[in-house]
Amino acid sequence: MGLLSLILGLPLAPVRGVIALGGGEPARTVEAAGLVAVVSTVDLAEYGEQPLRRNLEDLDWLAATARAHDAVVHTVARSATAAVPLRLATVYLGDERVRVLLADRRTEFAVALDRLAGRTEWGVKGYADPDALAAPPRSGDEAAAGRGSGTAYLLRRRAQLSARESAERTAAEHAGRLHAALTDLSVAGRRHAPQDPNLSGQRAWMVLNGSYLVDDARADEFAAAVSDLDGERSGVSLELTGPWPPYSFSTTVLEVLEE
Amino acid sequence: MTEPEAVQAGPERRIALVDLLDRVLAGGVVVSGEITLAIADVDLVHLSLRALLTSASTLERGVADA
Repeated sequence: MGLLSLILGLPLAPVRGVIALGGGEPARTVEAAGLVAVVSTVDLAEYGEQPLRRNLEDLDWLAATARAHDAVVHTVARSATAAVPLRLATVYLGDERVRVLLADRRTEFAVALDRLAGRTEWGVKGYADPDALAAPPRSGDEAAAGRGSGTAYLLRRRAQLSARESAERTAAEHAGRLHAALTDLSVAGRRHAPQDPNLSGQRAWMVLNGSYLVDDARADEFAAAVSDLDGERSGVSLELTGPWPPYSFSTTVLEVLEE
Repeated sequence: MTEPEAVQAGPERRIALVDLLDRVLAGGVVVSGEITLAIADVDLVHLSLRALLTSASTLERGVADA
């Protein structure tokens, strides 16, 4: 059975022929109301509600699907004036339903496309080194070493906890300032939840997982600012990722319109 | 960064899976598709996969850099 996964809406643009999904059906376009949706046909056995729920828990499936989705979205966003990515695995039961969607939400999509045109999403991740941020041990702690071992342990432990809390607070405050500075250079900024370091083997804490929608004319300025901020404080390092299609801002744009 | 050629699409694009999933699972416009997982479900999927993906992306990056 043929199904459609709607990937995005974009203004009429020369995107035909440039898109092919690795392994799956080639992406194609559906047009209505002056908008173009890029879709690919999928199988209900894989994308029906129950299979989809199961597949989303399968890391290999999710990784392959996310990468295929991104390859198409990225290609289209690069070649079109603007593109509005839809949430991964949005499934419609036929081309006609997609045309209805485009017609029903024509105004919202058009405004969203207008706001996203000429802008690109960049990611900035900030990592804090707990050791570099921890305050140096106070002299009182050295003196405590001469006391009874139980007392010394408690005092040492308290100093460690206090140093860690202080380092966490310092890192969080610094991340807040970084986010504010980067947002100032952007049209919009948004923070994702930090990625979990527990299984990565990295000791560094992720203190910032930000996305920024930046005017293309200011892309160099933004990258330079990230580089400058990276060196600003020892113990906190920054990593720039992207360019990304405007994944993190499409929702925001539409939410604003719905208010 | 001024020329679009600087951007590689497809497999040449070296992006960490965990960074991609932050965006495609939590971002993108949500419209009423006929088959849609509730947002809460997707968030749960996302949460349960985060730790695993962090390690996977580290491995992946190591391989890509090798």
